[in-house]
Amino acid sequence: MTFNATQIREDFPIFERTIREGKRLVYLDSGATSQKPNVVIEAESNFYRLHNAAVHRGAHQLAEEATDAYEGARGIVAQFLGAASDEIIFTKSATESLNLLAYAFGNAYSGNRFHLQPGDRIVVTEMEHHANLIPWQELAKRTGAELAWFSVDESGRLDLSDIDSVITVKTKVVALTHQSNVLGTINPLDAIVARAHEVGAIVILDACQSVPHMPIDVKGLGVDFLAFSGHKSLGPTGVGILWGRSELLNELPPFLYGGSMIETVTMTNSTWASAPRKFEAGVPNMAQAVGLGAALEYLQKIGLPDIHVHEMALTEQLINGLQEMSGVRIIGPADLTMRGGVVSFTMANIHPHDLGQFLDAQGIAVRTGHHCAWPLNRKLGVVATTRASIYLYNDEADIDALLTGVAAASKYFARG
Amino acid sequence: MQLDNLYQEVILDHYKHPEHKGLSPQKDVQVHHVNLSCGDEITLNLTLHGGRIADLSWEGIGCAISMASVSMMAGLLNGKTLDEAALIMDSFLSLMQSKGTQKGDEGVLEDAVAFAGVSKYPARIKCALLGWMAFKDAAMQVQGR
Repeated sequence: MTFNATQIREDFPIFERTIREGKRLVYLDSGATSQKPNVVIEAESNFYRLHNAAVHRGAHQLAEEATDAYEGARGIVAQFLGAASDEIIFTKSATESLNLLAYAFGNAYSGNRFHLQPGDRIVVTEMEHHANLIPWQELAKRTGAELAWFSVDESGRLDLSDIDSVITVKTKVVALTHQSNVLGTINPLDAIVARAHEVGAIVILDACQSVPHMPIDVKGLGVDFLAFSGHKSLGPTGVGILWGRSELLNELPPFLYGGSMIETVTMTNSTWASAPRKFEAGVPNMAQAVGLGAALEYLQKIGLPDIHVHEMALTEQLINGLQEMSGVRIIGPADLTMRGGVVSFTMANIHPHDLGQFLDAQGIAVRTGHHCAWPLNRKLGVVATTRASIYLYNDEADIDALLTGVAAASKYFARG
Repeated sequence: MQLDNLYQEVILDHYKHPEHKGLSPQKDVQVHHVNLSCGDEITLNLTLHGGRIADLSWEGIGCAISMASVSMMAGLLNGKTLDEAALIMDSFLSLMQSKGTQKGDEGVLEDAVAFAGVSKYPARIKCALLGWMAFKDAAMQVQGR
């Protein structure tokens, strides 16, 4: 089957509606959240219609079916990432996945490999989303560990020239994003993973912007933990994924305590179930997990390699078009190597909020603001940017509409 | 086009030629406010003399709506007593909460009635109120002294 965005759009009911007095919906905000295909909406609602029961509890047929559907979804996620099923933990969001790690590290007693103390170091980068920065800032404060980071250069790439002095022998954790949600930059992992493992550090990858858009094999990446969100991958909101290497999950302490994560409980002490149950206290977001399974199957049916090629063709069209306009500054790499379909830019004399509002009047949805990456914006000297993010259902007409809209905004705000 | 209700000429004019911009060297109170959803910032200097606002000046970075709003606000409030300023602010707040049902009292708000269109865009009301909330804060601080 050849890739056909027009045909793909037919699978997404939201494209049947119009925006702002009959305009075609041009949705270029998939970096914030993706739209949902019918198969996902049906999988989620069918769970409630036909199979709803609390998983892993109850000796009845519905409980059996619900458990099968939920565990089936776990299997799909595992296969999608090239991982084993018991390495996949369902959370409520990628934000929770990253916080789970930071809190679990904080729960580690002395002697556990995840225990942090004064003198230890946690390394992040200047391009992190707040969700992969603040948990580590706070963990550093709680444990007395030191927070260090890789800086971002003018072109929007990580400066790895001082890798050995950033990742020191005292470094225990390296947490970084796979693809920047602002710049579109894809970070090179090989050197970072090699240096981190050389000093015995754990590598945590925020893969929110990469997993939905390109083939990912966790074993090939070499990282130790990986987080991504369901709702950016065509799945429902309320479900995120944490993947971790089996041997690490066995040693990692729990974060949330409660039902179904235990092995034995007395009035004074408890022991834990093995992963992934150890990290899934309480009745989970079952219908959402099942919906995510359907989403990932849908993505695989279309084909991640083809999706990536399609997105990069549109990214090239967008970057070329923006570069032809005067007053436009692209915030992030302008070349297409090691980059994804997220393009942020500023326009001279038009604030992103005003540009976003103007584009909205044309039916075009973009993101404006600091994109939850305030330190990065400060580093690059911009208060806010306008961001277009591309997915499989976008087409050339969408990019044309955006470029036409940006040019028209230039004229519109020149009056007055 | 509905967008023209939002970006009226007088708003774009204040955005391009802001009034009372540039912080006064002296002040009784200085406040700094940030719109958390977008990062827009404003700093406001307030000086009172004989119970009246002797000087209200500002500096900031933001969108046309937030910058034009603070520009017009400074023009409206300079020279007023704090009680008069509070009434003007109430009138503006009520206009912003009107969801497009009010035109605004031109006798009180003058050119700032141009912001009536903003009340139809929930995401932008905070922009229009950034400067006013900063003033409210400054007025409370100066009265607390």
